[in-house]
Amino acid sequence: MLAYITKRLLSLIPVLFVVTIAIFLIIHITPGAPAAVILGIEASEAEIEALNEELGLNRPIYEQYFNWVGNLLKGDLGQSISMHQPVGQAIAEHIGPTLSLAILAQIIALILAIPFGIIAAYKRGTAVDYSLMGVSLLGMAIPSFLLGLLLMLVVGVKLQWLPVAGYESLSNGLWAHLQYLILPGISLGTIQAALITRMTRSSMLEVLNLNYIKTARSRGLSETRVLLKHAFRNAFLPILTVIGQTFGVLVTGAVVVESIFNIPGLGQLILNSIARRDFAVIQGVVLIVTVIYVGLNLIIDLLYGFVDPRVRLDRK
Amino acid sequence: MITLQKKEDIAQISERLKKEQRTLRFRRLKSNYGLLIGATIIILLIVLAIIGPLFTPYGPYGMKVLDRLLPPSADHWLGTDEFGRDLFTRIIYGARVSISIGLIVALLSSFLGLIIGVYATYYKILDHILMRICDGLIAIPGILLAIALMAALGASSFNVIVALTVVFTPNIARIVRSTALVVREQTYIEAMHAQGASNSRIIWLHIVPNTLSPLLVQATFVFAEAIISEAALSFLGAGIPAPEASWGNILQAGKLVIYKAWWMVVFPGVAIIISVLSLNLFGDGLRDYLDPRVKLKQKKS
Repeated sequence: MLAYITKRLLSLIPVLFVVTIAIFLIIHITPGAPAAVILGIEASEAEIEALNEELGLNRPIYEQYFNWVGNLLKGDLGQSISMHQPVGQAIAEHIGPTLSLAILAQIIALILAIPFGIIAAYKRGTAVDYSLMGVSLLGMAIPSFLLGLLLMLVVGVKLQWLPVAGYESLSNGLWAHLQYLILPGISLGTIQAALITRMTRSSMLEVLNLNYIKTARSRGLSETRVLLKHAFRNAFLPILTVIGQTFGVLVTGAVVVESIFNIPGLGQLILNSIARRDFAVIQGVVLIVTVIYVGLNLIIDLLYGFVDPRVRLDRK
Repeated sequence: MITLQKKEDIAQISERLKKEQRTLRFRRLKSNYGLLIGATIIILLIVLAIIGPLFTPYGPYGMKVLDRLLPPSADHWLGTDEFGRDLFTRIIYGARVSISIGLIVALLSSFLGLIIGVYATYYKILDHILMRICDGLIAIPGILLAIALMAALGASSFNVIVALTVVFTPNIARIVRSTALVVREQTYIEAMHAQGASNSRIIWLHIVPNTLSPLLVQATFVFAEAIISEAALSFLGAGIPAPEASWGNILQAGKLVIYKAWWMVVFPGVAIIISVLSLNLFGDGLRDYLDPRVKLKQKKS
């Protein structure tokens, strides 16, 4: 197990190396000198020179890269030019709503997907199965930002059941917090729900064909008991993997959905920074979300290797 | 005499077999509803995007303040937008932009992915370098990478194509590589080596054709994904700049007037959903058609 963990950790090094290079280079692919782009057309020569000096942009590019990575390792993501605060601090202020939204979306997805998947598998080949699969196909075809807009139109504007946009932090009460997050949560969770429904269905189908299920039925156990206690337990492991792997996708998706509902999360932070050409913030947000994404995948892999020995033996 | 008879029989039999194979293939195509429905809708969409402007007397840019935000009517089938431009016309022109960007990104990233994937299997050092780069790029969530690239490059159609190609190529390269690795190990490739065939001959004449069917399926999905991503980027204001029409742009404007004009959100949204759904259907159908084993396996389990 230890060898597996080490191997898995070592394999991350080249990935993170490429990730940091790619993110570092973003500021350097701007058409024109970065400092001039950041300051805009009205900047004087002296101002550009000063910013070059401040950001170290006049030093050789490899030196800039190593400086940047060195600072990252010390936990310093740089300085936001437009907000006059450290990037790390700006991200810390904005990450809460994003994570809150991603977690809620995951919960909504699970509440919908697992029962639907089990029912579809149990009623395989019937109208129920086909309609559930049809709906899930549709669910996967609607991008979350679009679903968000449509929900906003129907539930927020026409029916006026929930606020159209805005945000309250959790400290102002659970309902105040949730009412702003329900619509974005559904928009974000739907694709996930569609995916997990399909996964649950196929995973359940595989298990339902096994002999021990027949045995359980022949012993006269109730269908619910067979389905939930015997079949679902064994079908759950692959589902768990999908859930883990796609949580990173939810965090990314939250970044997009937030901007529709004016939720002050990482998405709003990065979009505002584009307008202000605040590259340090853009780089910081992309880096942090990538690290969350890579880290979650690592944890899932390790857990999976822990639960199922075949996985860790396979990769040796 | 007898031998001649036999020869004729053999010819007949092989003819019949060929015919049967053809009908079988046709039957498989005919029973593949996803592929047929998907293809039909996509072709209709493309035709509509090309000849659509013939059906409308309006231009995509002409503004008419008096006509702003009119609901759907006989004059304006899908209503008008916040500048009094006909929404149907805007969506048709948007289809041109969105579909062509999706298609170009799919073609470009397939082409680059094919070259990277195939050559990676052939040269060890290249493989290590290229695959590490691909892994790194895949690790960065796609839409964020695209947003960051757009922030650096500036908003324009060309840059959207560049950014999305960077996002989608690594995945395709990975898929091509895994297929090519299997092909490379076949005995006939070894035999070609023994005969002294050049690397590029083996790569282009023998390995590339064998990677095409998974590539084609993947390209269809990238097409759909690229349409979604372009719409998302334009919606977020990091994609195609106004006043050019794209589905994402119309949605962005629609969000601002969502209280007054539902049609500005619903119609471009429906356009996106129809095109993505039909591409997904087409892709799934194509996969079943090109690799019937997958379908059979699914049916069995």
